[in-house]
Amino acid sequence: MSTLKYQSQAVAKPYFVFALILFVGQILFGLIMGLQYVVGDFLAGAIPFNVARMVHTNLLIVWLLFGFMGSAYYLVPDEAETELYSPKLAIILFWIFAAAGVATILGYLLVPYSTLAEFTLNELWPTMGREFLEQPTITKLGIVIVCLGFLFNLGMTILKGRKTAINMVLMTGLIGLAVFFLFAFYNPVNLALDKLFWWFVVHLWVEGVWELIMGAILAYVLIKITGVDREVIEKWLYVIIAMALISGILGTGHHFYWLATPEYWQWVGSIFSAIEPLPFFAMVLYAFNMINRRRREHPNKAATLWALGTAVMAFLGAGVWGFLHTLSPVNYYTHGSQITAAHGHMAFYGAYAMIVMTIISFAMPKLRGIGEANCNRAQVREMWGFWLMTVAMVFITLFLTGAGVLQVWLQRIPESGEALSFMATQDKLTIFYWLREAAGVVFMFGLIAYISSFWVKEKTA
Amino acid sequence: MSERFTKGMARNIYYGGSVFFFMIFLALTFHTTKEMPSRDNRQNITESVERGKHLWEVNNCIGCHSLIGEGAYFAPELGNVFNRRGGEAGFKMFFKGWMNAQPLNIPGRRQMPNFHLNDQEIDDLAEFLKWTSEMEVNNWPPNIEG
Ligand code: HEM
Ligand code: HEM
Ligand SMILES: [Fe+2]
Repeated sequence: MSTLKYQSQAVAKPYFVFALILFVGQILFGLIMGLQYVVGDFLAGAIPFNVARMVHTNLLIVWLLFGFMGSAYYLVPDEAETELYSPKLAIILFWIFAAAGVATILGYLLVPYSTLAEFTLNELWPTMGREFLEQPTITKLGIVIVCLGFLFNLGMTILKGRKTAINMVLMTGLIGLAVFFLFAFYNPVNLALDKLFWWFVVHLWVEGVWELIMGAILAYVLIKITGVDREVIEKWLYVIIAMALISGILGTGHHFYWLATPEYWQWVGSIFSAIEPLPFFAMVLYAFNMINRRRREHPNKAATLWALGTAVMAFLGAGVWGFLHTLSPVNYYTHGSQITAAHGHMAFYGAYAMIVMTIISFAMPKLRGIGEANCNRAQVREMWGFWLMTVAMVFITLFLTGAGVLQVWLQRIPESGEALSFMATQDKLTIFYWLREAAGVVFMFGLIAYISSFWVKEKTA
Repeated sequence: MSERFTKGMARNIYYGGSVFFFMIFLALTFHTTKEMPSRDNRQNITESVERGKHLWEVNNCIGCHSLIGEGAYFAPELGNVFNRRGGEAGFKMFFKGWMNAQPLNIPGRRQMPNFHLNDQEIDDLAEFLKWTSEMEVNNWPPNIEG
């Protein structure tokens, strides 16, 4: 491990490895669901769609959390120029989180959800059964405890070390993540209030504090691979996250259009969320700009590709596809359609899956004691993974968008009486769903290529 | 970016802007919660509706269906199913028949599981869906198909 500046950065490795394992699981269940979309009774007895969906989305969130934690353990000591406060705590928390995660997923798969609710005493404090927040209450508590320990460990590290803008922004984002998660514990009987505050977790995560995390990780990697002056990069970072929060906080209003809420949200939500693409666009300019102004040729070409890729794909998925349906007169027709799914996929992949793979790409060669970068062959394989996954995701998004437009046309726009029913509409969308599934298989090949790159070695000729 | 625009200025915009807009967000949210009682139909939340919401959650219905547009997109919107399937006159009959007929086992068709609910529980769920359909949500969905 001689290639690490601070030995304690090594605790990031199990986090990254486990994140990628969960990622594979996420995609497997995505493929099962994609097939159930067209062959409705496929595995319907063993893995009903709702179970597969929980597994797919919860694995996504959990692997991203592992990825964020790994990123923080890797970059905070480096930025603070000191060893991590307690590497031991980081490893203990890793095992607690991994065990809780695996147990929860097995719970979803092995017993009916209502039985899981009963076993885990959901009665005492019901929080289960809401989209993305399906975890048993006790798992949610576990997540809070892990987050507290994690934040404590990082906080103590930063306190004793250098306080860079990147570290402060990352910390703010991570604290925000933990604080907004607390709304997951609020589940009033009144559905309208339940939904209102549910968005405090979901929206204020992905269009708020997670953007700070993404910005900080991107800034760190850009400094490392370009050698551009820290002052310049940190200035950009502040501009980007300022735009993100100024637009994104009131942008929450784009979820309050159809929710027993006053009409002013139609305006507030539309106007502020229409500005939300800006920070993502700024990230594209910034990433390309910094790489053009680079002062060194970093040997890790794959990490550079990921850094540019995440900026572009986040802009497309969150910025362009988000804007597509964010104005209230449009959202009236597209709300909860396949267009939502199209956007959700590209945004999550482009912004958060890819930023985690960016830092994994950058950090793994050092964590594994290889050096600044993997050998050329391994990088080429990794870049195959990048392109296959990314292009497949573009096609998944396009096919779902096609399905969504047709769905809106057939089911939403006509008057009652003339509109097709939901199920009749779905039958008309079959071709798009088959194509989406095919693109999903390509995505899986990309992921396999990516993972296999960790074993590729230079030819000994 | 120009040299006159410094990192310190960017940082101040970030702190000032986010605190300012967060305050506005909190104020609007507070105002919204004061306005909601006249729209969200809370006066009609009975014990049965409450039990119904709980059943909705512990059976993870949201994992296939959407409810007022949020949830999954695999199965029909249920925020207005009460009106779509018979309303006051016929919904409860339809609904009981529907829940007990699952799984339909039509080859190739998307399948809804049977949740083994008793009559009381089915009635509670129906009450929850009826209550939901009476929420005032700015005329969404555009038509009865949801
Ligand atoms: C990386 C950032 C983002 C991620 C990960 C993300 C992800 C998602 C997801 C998963 C949903 C579906 C939520 C549900 O299940 O109901 C959603 C909904 C939505 N997103 Fe985003 N999003 C991001 C950024 C944006 C931006 C920047 C905009 C606007 C410009 C936007 C506009 C919307 C809208 C309007 C909806 C509601 C769709 C509906 O009515 O059904 N999103 N987003
Ligand atoms: C093989 C590739 C994939 C397939 C076939 C697939 C399929 C699906 C399906 C069928 C759903 C449920 C849609 C519904 O509710 O009806 C879903 C939901 C979701 N998937 Fe995927 N998925 C894949 C990859 C991914 C990736 C790579 C990500 C992100 C990195 C992702 C993120 C999500 C999210 C955020 C949702 C919830 C969307 C929402 O609520 O709007 N999926 N996926
Ligand atoms: Fe949002």
